Amino acid sequence: MKRLTREQLATRVARDIPEGAYVNLGIGMPTLVANYLPRDREIFLHSENGILGMGPAPAPGEEDPDLINAGKQPVTLLPGGSFFHHADSFAMMRGGHLDICVLGAFEVSASGDLANWHTGAADAIPAVGGAMDLAIGAKQVFVMMEHLTRTGESKIVERCRYPLTAVACVDRIYTDLAVIDVTPVGLRVREMVDGLSFAELQRVTRAALVPPPQDMCA
Amino acid sequence: MVNKTVASLQAAVADVPDGATIMIGGFGVAGQPSALIDALIAQGARNLTVINNNAGNGETGLAALLKAGRVRKMVCSFPRQADSFVFDALYRAGEVELEVVPQGNLAERIRAAGAGIGAFFTPTGHGTLLAEGKETRLIAGRPHVLEYPLAADFALIKARRGDRLGNLVYRKAARNFGPVMATAAACTVAQVDEVVDVGALDPEAVVTPGIFVHRVVVA
Repeated sequence: MKRLTREQLATRVARDIPEGAYVNLGIGMPTLVANYLPRDREIFLHSENGILGMGPAPAPGEEDPDLINAGKQPVTLLPGGSFFHHADSFAMMRGGHLDICVLGAFEVSASGDLANWHTGAADAIPAVGGAMDLAIGAKQVFVMMEHLTRTGESKIVERCRYPLTAVACVDRIYTDLAVIDVTPVGLRVREMVDGLSFAELQRVTRAALVPPPQDMCA
Repeated sequence: MVNKTVASLQAAVADVPDGATIMIGGFGVAGQPSALIDALIAQGARNLTVINNNAGNGETGLAALLKAGRVRKMVCSFPRQADSFVFDALYRAGEVELEVVPQGNLAERIRAAGAGIGAFFTPTGHGTLLAEGKETRLIAGRPHVLEYPLAADFALIKARRGDRLGNLVYRKAARNFGPVMATAAACTVAQVDEVVDVGALDPEAVVTPGIFVHRVVVA
């Protein structure tokens, strides 16, 4: 079994973003997706700090401190892009205008609850930013994360232990092991990495999974 | 390639169903998308709920839509004007329903729909006929009324220039309700004087970003 690298995972997420989509990529791993968007598709990246039509990182030396993304990294603006103030930017998010947001996560529950802002640890400093607005506002919420923590624990759980970002908001989970839809009948596995069986995936996942269609009769 | 421009006014409003709720931009005739309204009259949708600041002027534009008998209900702040005789006659004959909304509440209710706000408290209208039966709350010692969002199936608006991505800029005080209505409809259709190349509009000066616009048509 071969786990996807971060770049392969970003490529896999990017493949599901259609022509014409308005998309917000969360900070951290989701930002990588921007580098792998299919070149033949016109996709509009939104950044919470007031940018629509965000482009790739500038060439070295071309950075502009007034043109940065949500992660405070320098970016560019594509032709046809626009700038707007913060409340308008969050109106796009909260008003249901974004087609897709891609977020990282500490945990996702079987019913699509998302925990990605606060570990709840006594010495942790909570920082929410725009995560709650995106989670409730985007038409589709994709989570992109490693399947297991560094200590080998499942990040997909029956119930989140970490403080929630939003309830029942996640539509699809992309991990380095599988692509899983959150559906009314449960966590339905769509794809698994080569060499991984459904039984193995279930063994490392601390929530009940529904097998992919081709495995239904097995 | 994304291309929100449509070839004809007819195509721009072809799918408006009977019973639709339609926001129509404009403050009086400034910013009124007259060509789209004419296309809507020709298209024939009936039993419409129309949200506009006024209720038509003279016999063209919104007044013509009313005169054609297509409007079941007007939601507006100021129907009565010197030249609103079409609406006045329909209203007195009981042929059109009217919901009068204080103008700031009208704009803010539309904004709330576009921004995902479930409702908001405002002092405007408290203790008046226009707040009867509405929830109230004392906030910082001042009574407020709870107002709910106003959303629409379609927004028909007028802008000066647009591009194929739906970015818009307006002209003078014809901007009025256009930008906020664009955010609050499932399908926003913009009538523009001119379609320009992508990149021709200054990103600092785009008033309505393309995310809010679904169709652009030259008229």
